[in-house]
Amino acid sequence: MSDVTLIACEDCDLLQRLPPIPVGGKARCPRCGLILATRPSDSIDRPLALTVTAAILFVIANVEPMMSLTAVGRHASTTILGGAYQMWMQGEPITGTIVAFCAVIAPGFFILFMLAVLLAAKRLRVPQWAGETLRWGLHMQPWAMYEVMLLGILVALIKIAELAAVDPGAGMFALGGLVVLFPAIAVTFDPREVWNRVEWADDEAAPAFRDQLSTRTEATR
Amino acid sequence: MTAVALTGAQAGLVSCEACKLLSRPAHHDHPGHCPRCGGELEFRRARSIQYTWALVIAAAICYIPANMLPVMVTTAFGATEPDTIMGGVVFLYTSGSWPLALIVLVASVMVPLGKLIALAYLLIAVQRGVPGGNRDRTRLYRMVEFIGRWSMLDVFVDTFTVALVQLQPLMSVAPGPGVFFFAAVVVLTMIAADSFDPRLIWDSATAGGRKRA
Repeated sequence: MSDVTLIACEDCDLLQRLPPIPVGGKARCPRCGLILATRPSDSIDRPLALTVTAAILFVIANVEPMMSLTAVGRHASTTILGGAYQMWMQGEPITGTIVAFCAVIAPGFFILFMLAVLLAAKRLRVPQWAGETLRWGLHMQPWAMYEVMLLGILVALIKIAELAAVDPGAGMFALGGLVVLFPAIAVTFDPREVWNRVEWADDEAAPAFRDQLSTRTEATR
Repeated sequence: MTAVALTGAQAGLVSCEACKLLSRPAHHDHPGHCPRCGGELEFRRARSIQYTWALVIAAAICYIPANMLPVMVTTAFGATEPDTIMGGVVFLYTSGSWPLALIVLVASVMVPLGKLIALAYLLIAVQRGVPGGNRDRTRLYRMVEFIGRWSMLDVFVDTFTVALVQLQPLMSVAPGPGVFFFAAVVVLTMIAADSFDPRLIWDSATAGGRKRA
């Protein structure tokens, strides 16, 4: 079934054949040490369950206040987007946009794209658009910075606590969950599961291409 | 494994960056699109060295105002007080939370600087064709990619401090001009790391290895 085991390492371009990987195992490039592939068990259902959980926490984290402040009889609270908006209003529109992108837009689209891809991957034949969506999802991943944001909020809390009483809000606990869920989705998901079954963009080329590749492989050996 | 290391590019095969499929493009100069996922194919990231240098230099320029200009301006009881990144570190240290001071110092000052130095070194090593140590250089590159996002820490600290401390007219915090340059350093170095092609580290080595073999 796995017809495409000849690969080139992403980091050093070394041609090699991917060996069959046992469940829970991983394959490393012998030259540069890059982890080429992993094989988590249940690599569609488990990340799907985690992504659904992340989607629920995403809503809570964005609707509920992150933290609130009480000082001299006054009360103030902020959400994630409220923080980005305040940055914009106080004369830093570009910084506000970057914050909104890394804290809301990139993680939001990552969750959305992963949901679509994982639901599509439940089918025997994965539709072409799921491959496209997965590509976009992988682009979003490095810009979703929940763990950095959580630490940033904690530092801000400690700084402000010197001046006034601050309390973490419900959004903060949701954020704590997301910090754990994002790496968990990445670790339990095996993109090869999608790529091996996806409909080819160039459908005509697919079968002929495979033959060509396998004869080529024999020649290089 | 075969005795002589053969790369995809030497065999005329191009690996898709998204789905990892190896394919043999019809035209070497215009590889076109991946037949499986439709992503754009490239033997090596286009003009990788030039783009990365440009982004590294731009980030290095932004690094100076990012550290010199205030990232936050606090107004309390009519008096304003600007705060730079280092000022924030010192504040955390003197208020007794030295572990946090250390984290902010590492994430905001040392990581961006280390990233710029590491990327410049990788670029020079590739351009000069420095022999040996390719594995270590690849590891350095992966570290730059992995650690880059953490310098965004101070931007988030400033954002949430500004958002929360708005107790006019008693006390309020506004962002300073430094925060924009700081965010720019982080974004530029992240894009720079992404435009650098680690396969270039190995290209000269493989060519040399083949000559010897």
